[in-house]
This record gives sequence, structure tokens and C-alpha cells, in this order.
Amino acid sequence: MERTRLRRQVALTRQSLFDQGFLDEQFIQLEDLQDDANPNFVEEVVTLYYRDSARLITNIEKALEKNSLDFNKLDGFMHQFKGSSSSIGAKKVKAECTLFREYCRAGNGEGCTRTFQQIKKEYATLKRKLEAYFQVVRQAGPAETACWPK
Amino acid sequence: MATSNGSSTGTKITALVVDDDRVINAIHCKLLNKLGIENHVAANGKEAVDLHCSGKKFDLILMDRDMPIMNGIEATRELRAMGVRSIIVGVSTRSIKQEIQEFMDSGLDDYQEKPLTSSKVISILRKIDFVD
Repeated sequence: MERTRLRRQVALTRQSLFDQGFLDEQFIQLEDLQDDANPNFVEEVVTLYYRDSARLITNIEKALEKNSLDFNKLDGFMHQFKGSSSSIGAKKVKAECTLFREYCRAGNGEGCTRTFQQIKKEYATLKRKLEAYFQVVRQAGPAETACWPK
Repeated sequence: MATSNGSSTGTKITALVVDDDRVINAIHCKLLNKLGIENHVAANGKEAVDLHCSGKKFDLILMDRDMPIMNGIEATRELRAMGVRSIIVGVSTRSIKQEIQEFMDSGLDDYQEKPLTSSKVISILRKIDFVD
């Protein structure tokens, strides 16, 4: 009964991440790559994303602190961050990255700063939600790392 | 269009994933692995060139465009100048036609937007007659 409850919780938590727009189709691609050889592949990739992207966040923060903004540099950092975020299906983060890059192209420093705050918010929110999701997945056991309904 | 050297290790297809993004490398390597392709990783264009200078050969190279030290355009030009005839597929998030063409002109056989999916990789392999 407990296992059934946990499985239901996994399914509901997962669905809410898509319904609320936090994740897109790319996350399903990651799930499809998960198998018996790598039963925690999705969690490992997401963990790697948050570990590696922290450096990019810091770089962007430092670049935004300068008196004279280098929009080419900012755009370069964000291009990288957006690519990485897209690869795990981070839909809201990706959308804010696109907006940031538009502000870069327009040379709008205030827009960049404002959007970056939103990026950090979405990035942190997604991290919390995915951590909670993976915790339930682990509790539910290995069966939940198999094929997902599309 | 370049043609493949053929596998350097019997009949198994070998691939080199060239990207500075470790997340992308993890995803693309897993994708290739699931398709039975033996894969290696280089973190930038210079590492890819150095691997070839050391005598390594690959049937397929997935080349990112934007990388530090040596980008994908420079690396592809260098590899072709060295006489590397592997299939080189450019992968990038760039979607502007001019930028894609600039990358293609460096010596690519194909270009795909990343992240790659199984169907994109299969279509690459079909184009180069590695699968039916």
C-alpha cells in the first residue's frame, strides 16, 4: 500500500512539474535515456547541471556588477547557460534566458539585471522542486525509474 | 562531402563528442552508448585536434560550435586540413542561417540543433549509411 502511495506521489509530482511549466519535452528525452545500466541517469544529469551552472551564474553576476556592461560577454555567458538549461528541459529558466539575451542585444542593462533576478529565482525554484521529486523517486524504489507515460 | 575512414576498432562505430558543456556530453554520450556506439569526449576543439594528432580516429565527430581555447569552426578546419575524413556533424543551439552556414563551410558534413535526440542521431547514421 505504501509503495502504491509513493508511486502515485511520484506520478503526481512529475506531472505537476510539466503542468506548471517548469519542465518541457527535453526532460522526457532524459528519462528515455535512463536504463538498468544507469538507473539514476536523470538525477545525475540534473545534479551535474546545477553543479556546473553555478560557475556561470557567478560569472554573469560579476559581469553585471561592472560600471560599464559588456553586453557581448554577458550574451556569451547566457548563451552557454541557456544551452545547458535547455538540455535538462528547464522550460521557465530557458524562457528567461531568451529574454535576457534580447535585453543584451538591445543594450538594456536594467532589463538584463531585472531578468537575471528572475532567472535566479526560477533556477532556485526548479532546483527545490527537482530535489523534492528525486527524493520521492528514491523512496518509491527502482521501479519508478523505468518507462514513464508520455 | 567527406567519407568515413571506417571504424578503428573492428565493426563497432566510434564517435567523438566535442563540447565544453559536461551536461551535454553526458547526454550525448548516453544517447550514443544506447545506440551501441563507442564514444569518447573532448572538452574543446584543441583537445579534439590533439586526439587526432596522437593517432586516434573516429567514424563520427559531434562538434559543438562555441567552445573555449578552440571553437568548433576552427577545430573542424584544422581537422580537415590534417586530412581527417571522419563524418563531422556540427551541433549547436544557434539557429541563424548565416551562423549555421559559416559552421557548415568550415568542413561539416551535417548540422543539427542540440540537444540531440535518438531520432536525430539515427537520421545522421542513416545519412552516412551506418544503419538501414
